[in-house]
Amino acid sequence: MAKVPVQFTLNGSEKAEFIESGTTLLHALRDKIGDTSPKGGCHQGTCGACSVIIDGELRLSCLTLAETCSGADIKTTAGLAEGGVLHPLQRAFLDAFATQCGFCTPGMIMAAKVLLDRTPNPSREDVVEALSGNICRCTGYEPIIQAVLTAARANSQNAA
Amino acid sequence: MSLALQTFSSVKDANAALQAAGARYIGGGTLVVRAANEGDVSVSSLVRVTDPGLSRIAVSGGKVRLGASVTMAAIARHPELATLAPAARAVGGPAIRNMATVGGNLFAPTPYGDFAVALLALDATVVTEDGEIPIETFLAGRDTSRAVVTAAGFSMPKAESFRFLKVSRVKPKGVSVLSIAALLQRTADGTVTAARIALGCMADRPIRAKSAEKALLGCKLTPQEIAPALAAASQGIAPITDPIASAWYRAEVLPVHLGRLLLD
Ligand SMILES: Cc1cc2nc3c(=O)[nH]c(=O)nc-3n(C[C@H](O)[C@H](O)[C@H](O)COP(=O)(O)OP(=O)(O)OC[C@H]3O[C@@H](n4cnc5c(N)ncnc54)[C@H](O)[C@@H]3O)c2cc1C
Ligand code: FES
Ligand code: FES
Repeated sequence: MAKVPVQFTLNGSEKAEFIESGTTLLHALRDKIGDTSPKGGCHQGTCGACSVIIDGELRLSCLTLAETCSGADIKTTAGLAEGGVLHPLQRAFLDAFATQCGFCTPGMIMAAKVLLDRTPNPSREDVVEALSGNICRCTGYEPIIQAVLTAARANSQNAA
Repeated sequence: MSLALQTFSSVKDANAALQAAGARYIGGGTLVVRAANEGDVSVSSLVRVTDPGLSRIAVSGGKVRLGASVTMAAIARHPELATLAPAARAVGGPAIRNMATVGGNLFAPTPYGDFAVALLALDATVVTEDGEIPIETFLAGRDTSRAVVTAAGFSMPKAESFRFLKVSRVKPKGVSVLSIAALLQRTADGTVTAARIALGCMADRPIRAKSAEKALLGCKLTPQEIAPALAAASQGIAPITDPIASAWYRAEVLPVHLGRLLLD
């Protein structure tokens, strides 16, 4: 099978790889590049565990072909902490017990991040809508929603 | 999985490549990559077109043209397409809407195709290199179509004449029990003079409720006057059964939801 070059920015670093044509971004990130923060749950678009941010938009890496991302700016949960300090969303998920087994957490956090980037003071409904493509099988959604609202408040306090 | 992606800048070259056995067009990939992940080996190569014209939304002189690669998210946030936003927002969750295209929705098998239901009510035309065809003709022949759809075009409906409803069990983003779109022309006193009603999940692809449309003519939108239209809505339908709902249930609740949409 022919290998094709792909090159994109991942969490601020340039990545260049040769991958098999037709490889999903999820597979390329986890198995080629070694960023295992996006999780492969269903590979069908239903669970949201593989959610990443591509050029500012939430996307499912299990349904995105890596080749179509050439030149793109990709963000994953692995790139959120800065200098060893957790991102407010990561902090809030830990503090609010919003992460039990943790499998859904990276996808939840990416979905929440695009929301907070655009809507710094979201309503509860905004949060529910933003997370509606992400399934959690163990924590329950209420702590997750509360964590996102807490992170939003922390952010607006920092900005004030 | 061996799945080679071929990228073309022109629709013409992509159309030539699509003639090869096992070749399939990829829009947002939400259905076609999912099929590949599930082990569908009937597809061996995917073809895409990067022409930015396919991602263009044009609104002018009361006409709308949506490029086939326009996403549901782009429609939902477009200031001049507010009337259509409910239909675009009905498709999946946020990530799906960022990927799902107009072109792909026209091919999506039931229970998907919520946006195509809206396009059917709007009497859209579907555009390929060979020209434009009415959406009904397109939907009837879509299984054997091997040409890239480049756009969908329609007249911009007046906000008060277009209605859309998706019924699902899981809020806010479950798959359709059914979806309904209606385009109604009414006189100043509210009498219906023309009606187009499109239904999702009532067959293997979006269909029109022609008997209900006919029964609505000359009616005002009151519970008494629309009753014959609601009774006629089930004519010619063959709802699907899936894990969300049985055919029986879908047929039972269709008049209820059509009534709510009309009386809204
Ligand atoms: C979790 C999940 C939830 C979903 N929820 C909904 C929902 O609520 N409502 C709904 O309507 N749909 C839903 N869908 C289905 C799907 O996302 C949408 O129907 C979407 O619009 C399909 O578009 P696409 O560009 O992703 O299609 P693709 O997967 O890229 O293509 C689908 C088919 O259309 C063909 N095709 C695509 N574009 C063209 C073109 N321009 N010319 C010729 N052929 C073309 C492809 O060859 C393929 O056969 C859901 C899907 C998933 C995975
Ligand atoms: S693994 Fe991508 S949505 Fe479940
Ligand atoms: S924390 Fe286990 S699935 Fe969400």
